[in-house]
Amino acid sequence: MLVTVASGKGGTGKTTIVTNLALALARKMPVQVLDCDVEEPNAHLFLEPVFQEEEEVTLPVPEVDNTKCNGCGKCSEVCAFHALAVAGGKVITFPEMCHGCGGCAIACPTGAISEKPHRIGIVARGQAGRIDFAHGKIDVGVPLAPPVIRAVKRLARKEGLTLIDAPPGTSCPVVAAVKDSDFCLLVTEPTPFGLNDLKLAVGMVREVGVPFAVVINRSTLGDLRVERYCRQERIPILLKIPFDKRYAATYARGKCLVEEYPDWVPPFIGLWQEIERLVSQRARATGN
Amino acid sequence: MQELLVISGKGGTGKTSIVAALAALAEDKVLADCDVDAADLHLLLRPEVESVNEFYGSSKAVIEAGRCTGCGRCIEVCRFGAITKAAPVAGGENSASGSRGSIVQVDSLSCEGCGVCTMMCPAGAITMKPNLAGYWYISETPYGPLVHAQLGLAEDNSGKLVTKVRQEARRLAEENKARLIITDGPPGIGCPVISSLTGVTLALVVTEPTVAGWHDLERVVKLAGHFKVPVTVCINKYDLAPEKSREIEAYCYDEGLTIAGKIPFDADVARALVNAVPLTACSRGAAANAVKAMWDSLLVRMEKIKMQ
Repeated sequence: MLVTVASGKGGTGKTTIVTNLALALARKMPVQVLDCDVEEPNAHLFLEPVFQEEEEVTLPVPEVDNTKCNGCGKCSEVCAFHALAVAGGKVITFPEMCHGCGGCAIACPTGAISEKPHRIGIVARGQAGRIDFAHGKIDVGVPLAPPVIRAVKRLARKEGLTLIDAPPGTSCPVVAAVKDSDFCLLVTEPTPFGLNDLKLAVGMVREVGVPFAVVINRSTLGDLRVERYCRQERIPILLKIPFDKRYAATYARGKCLVEEYPDWVPPFIGLWQEIERLVSQRARATGN
Repeated sequence: MQELLVISGKGGTGKTSIVAALAALAEDKVLADCDVDAADLHLLLRPEVESVNEFYGSSKAVIEAGRCTGCGRCIEVCRFGAITKAAPVAGGENSASGSRGSIVQVDSLSCEGCGVCTMMCPAGAITMKPNLAGYWYISETPYGPLVHAQLGLAEDNSGKLVTKVRQEARRLAEENKARLIITDGPPGIGCPVISSLTGVTLALVVTEPTVAGWHDLERVVKLAGHFKVPVTVCINKYDLAPEKSREIEAYCYDEGLTIAGKIPFDADVARALVNAVPLTACSRGAAANAVKAMWDSLLVRMEKIKMQ
């Protein structure tokens, strides 16, 4: 099963939920963690995997053969991303703007454009105890996260549980992470910011069409507006984690709650059982 | 005119609370919220919206069903997997929606707007249509004018919308003869952050004393270096893990980064947030004092940059 953990804003505790859920379940079943927050992957800091393989993620970008190019400018005309420009009869390429669609090569009347791979980031895989781990990381200065996210997601297995740590926000990188998931957990906190961003995230998940539920982190540090909203919208709240300075310190040191406070193992296993129940309920409802 | 950008590498470090607190201290400024994905600054500044403006992102492919022959060439050439054969529709055989009872459909969530399909369609059935991707606003707040935006759900092009917000903030600052723009930046180090970073006077990076906070600080500092933007650091909730704070300070010292401020954990911050008021407008506590001291050091730093 593919479960994505997302949130409208960052810092609500996505990584905390992913790592603790993975550790709590790893003793009972095969678990895979895919960190798709490719701008700032953090799950490895907590799970400390031993990385075994690293692969480059590339996009095909244009390469211009100047002996064939007549400077007609057709390539820059068709490029929707402004990745090519013609100056003084010569084509200049901006690989960092390129989405790799291949339009310029198709449009070139003289066949002067071929494509070469351009590195935009990496995918690293490894093992964290029993947990199968992978994350993606875009190179600094690269604006394009979704291709790296898709590269990480291609590693998703069929058996057991695959947990995806999604990037924050509600735009294309998150959609790339949430798409095709069986379930989505939205992590929030009980503040006006948390509520505002939760509403956006709920809209996004509904748009993508994935069943979802909410986890409230630092549940004692704010007010009840998030709970009221969830009740009105009939969104199940599956877990609440109170604010505790000891938990904050555990997180600060890069440690996980279920390791330092084993009392937290049953609630995380309960969270998983609830997800399973909601997914099978939905499968029955849609006749799958 | 100078521009102070507040960023953090990761979300949830307290950027927006700090921007709001600075907004209540600074004079003669325009405010901009560049976190167009999940804008939050308006929750603290209570803006009265004066103008609502449409934002068009990249175009999306639209297939004219009557012209589509269902040849599937578009499916082959689309590198984003955005075009698929639709499931056969009841009565499709005789309908105008295509031959052989099936039509080709575009998944607008996957379409990146490159237009390759329009070039390759032998029937000329595909066109690119502009896509309303969000809105941007100019508002008045008790702390000065604010430019903010909201990207539509699941839309792309947040970088372009960030650029729009910044352009408008500059125009407004010139119009009002304001000396400073304070910008709440987006999280991360990707497209929207790059759009908000280029050409600013100073980037204040807010971090927190955790292994994750430190890791993200390093990545965003590298990014700022890439665009040659001067950086100064704020450690928020520094006393939640004093030893991690010391490690971050040592890292900053080694990298030649100044620390603009260290803000203690203070329940007043959560209280200000829940009441939707900037911290410095409602508290005289430890965190509010630390933000005031940080503001003084930021002013000195920006003055120095101006002299250079």
